Amino acid sequence: MENGNNSANGSANGNDFLRAEGVVKNFGAVSVLKGVDMHVKKGEVLGLIGDNGAGKSTLLKTITGFHRPDGGKLLIEGEEVNLRSVAQARALGIQTVYQDLALVNELSVFHNMFLNSELTVGPFLNNRAMKEKTARYLEDMGVRIPSIDTEVARLSGGQRQAIAVARAVYSDAKMLLLDEPLAAMGAKEGALILDLIQRLKEERGIPMILIVHNYAQVFDVCDRVNLLRNGRIEFDRPVGETSVEELTEIVVSEYRKARQGKPTSG
Amino acid sequence: MSETTGQTSGETAAPETGNGTQERGVGMRILGALARVREASVLLVAVGLAIYFQSANSAFLSQQNILTLSRYAVPYVVIAAALCLLLICGEIDLSVGQSFAFAPIVMYLAYDKLFLVLPLAVLVGLLAVALVGLINGVITVYLGVSSLITTLGMFFLLAGLCVTLTGGFPATPPDANTTTRILGEYAWSGTIWAVVIVILLQLLLSRTRWGLHTYATGGNPLGSREAGVSVARIKIGNFMLCAVLGGFVGIIESFRISSIDPLAGGPQLVLLCIASAVIGGTALLGGVGTATGAFLGALVLIILQNGFTLQGISAYTFNIILGIAILVAMILNVYVARLRGAGRV
Ligand SMILES: Nc1ncnc2c1ncn2[C@@H]1O[C@H](COP(=O)(O)OP(=O)(O)OP(=O)(O)O)[C@@H](O)[C@H]1O
Ligand SMILES: [Mg+2]
Repeated sequence: MENGNNSANGSANGNDFLRAEGVVKNFGAVSVLKGVDMHVKKGEVLGLIGDNGAGKSTLLKTITGFHRPDGGKLLIEGEEVNLRSVAQARALGIQTVYQDLALVNELSVFHNMFLNSELTVGPFLNNRAMKEKTARYLEDMGVRIPSIDTEVARLSGGQRQAIAVARAVYSDAKMLLLDEPLAAMGAKEGALILDLIQRLKEERGIPMILIVHNYAQVFDVCDRVNLLRNGRIEFDRPVGETSVEELTEIVVSEYRKARQGKPTSG
Repeated sequence: MSETTGQTSGETAAPETGNGTQERGVGMRILGALARVREASVLLVAVGLAIYFQSANSAFLSQQNILTLSRYAVPYVVIAAALCLLLICGEIDLSVGQSFAFAPIVMYLAYDKLFLVLPLAVLVGLLAVALVGLINGVITVYLGVSSLITTLGMFFLLAGLCVTLTGGFPATPPDANTTTRILGEYAWSGTIWAVVIVILLQLLLSRTRWGLHTYATGGNPLGSREAGVSVARIKIGNFMLCAVLGGFVGIIESFRISSIDPLAGGPQLVLLCIASAVIGGTALLGGVGTATGAFLGALVLIILQNGFTLQGISAYTFNIILGIAILVAMILNVYVARLRGAGRV
């Protein structure tokens, strides 16, 4: 907890794209988020780390309007928002790659790519335009897919993840939330995605929250890193002022302390 | 950092996009073929049956029998296609056979007791079943009761209401006029309605956002919600659509047979329609199916029933054949699902 109150970077200013203040989320009797204060500046990539079950995905889903927070508030570009649905967050330009990818196995690649942002002609789907764009996006991302007509069920884990990432990235997002977007990726594909994130940051200045378990990847693309633990952001540093070793040490030290407290462990 | 990596792999990847057919296993290709020809194979069965019954009894394809058959098929075909939508989004409506009986009764009461003009009375009847669908949907979606239970409750509720409202006796619909002719008295009107409705439902399913979201909702409810699809709206909407179409076809039927029967519909109707949808390739767990498939499934069952009747074979034999047909269709579905599962990583 030595870094417990290190939220000096969190002082209010007009540069924030997103701000969470005291966000609380409970599932029944289980309190997952106990007052999260977090902010993402314009053009900034924030790395979010934490143990399994720390509540990272829950926090992300609260920002996307999937979960309604039980307390606290969210501000987007300085304005408080009260998100009632994912559709509302998407209308504000918040696009997400969910940890479970949110793909529909029974639908084709291109229908998944445009799920809930379908291109239409009058009342009808414009399948041709959706296919063309899907092919272009995947080519641009350097992703190989047997055919964009195939059902997503028939793709590999990495291919599925690539589609979920492409769907968020090529959506004219104003902010991207990426929940372990590299989890199923091979080394080469992972590098391609990191590269893409870098490009989006540099060329379009899109603010992002990136959840990753591999700390080296945090240092590849993130500007700042937040550690979510015990329902709060317990550590907040620019990446230049910390290191993989320090992050590892902080995460593991808590674990050691917990073990020492329990005589029966081991 | 890895700009060059991106470029080179981009170059190698590009020409190979869409060129992975040979990488797909044989099983996958059989599955693809099966899925695509599902409707075709059901159609083939229908045609085969028609040829068989014609050869057994030349009355089968007489104009008179075709008319009888097509008029008889109308409720089954429409309800099977409407139910199909609901099944695709992962729900079921066991009460649709009761909506079939309820809508004409409400229409009759609005006409006879409230003295509304007939077109308006028809509208009132349809609004009543729309409300039934809304209640089914809201209880299922917002109160979290399984639709199997919700609509089972609604089934008994409506069955009781139908008898109570009519005193248990069939009523006679209004005398022939333009409305009744359009809605079912003219010999082919029911058939035309049925074909038009099935085509519209198929268009809705395969060509519109509503249809796509119906598949998405049934295929991955959680993921659809994460993508911002309004799963609640889709489900409730399809509950309403199903009930309204069931009610509408009930009104058509009441004009055709010139009787409003409180005991119409019933379990036989809805169970046969579910069977039709399943035989036509609809997955009971959602995400898969077509209205045309359900239509063809219903057609097969009706041809079987009618053909047996012409041959003097009893209804019990029909039930045996029906039972076998459902089991075979389901085994096929499970087999297809397994192949599909094998494709997943
Ligand atoms: N819908 C839900 N209902 C009940 N509990 C939930 C729900 N979603 C998450 N939880 C609980 O909240 C806690 C945090 O889960 P969450 O998925 O946010 O963790 P995470 O930090 O993303 O973990 P991981 O690194 O494993 O993805 C877990 O204990 C989980 O069991
Ligand atoms: Mg998570």
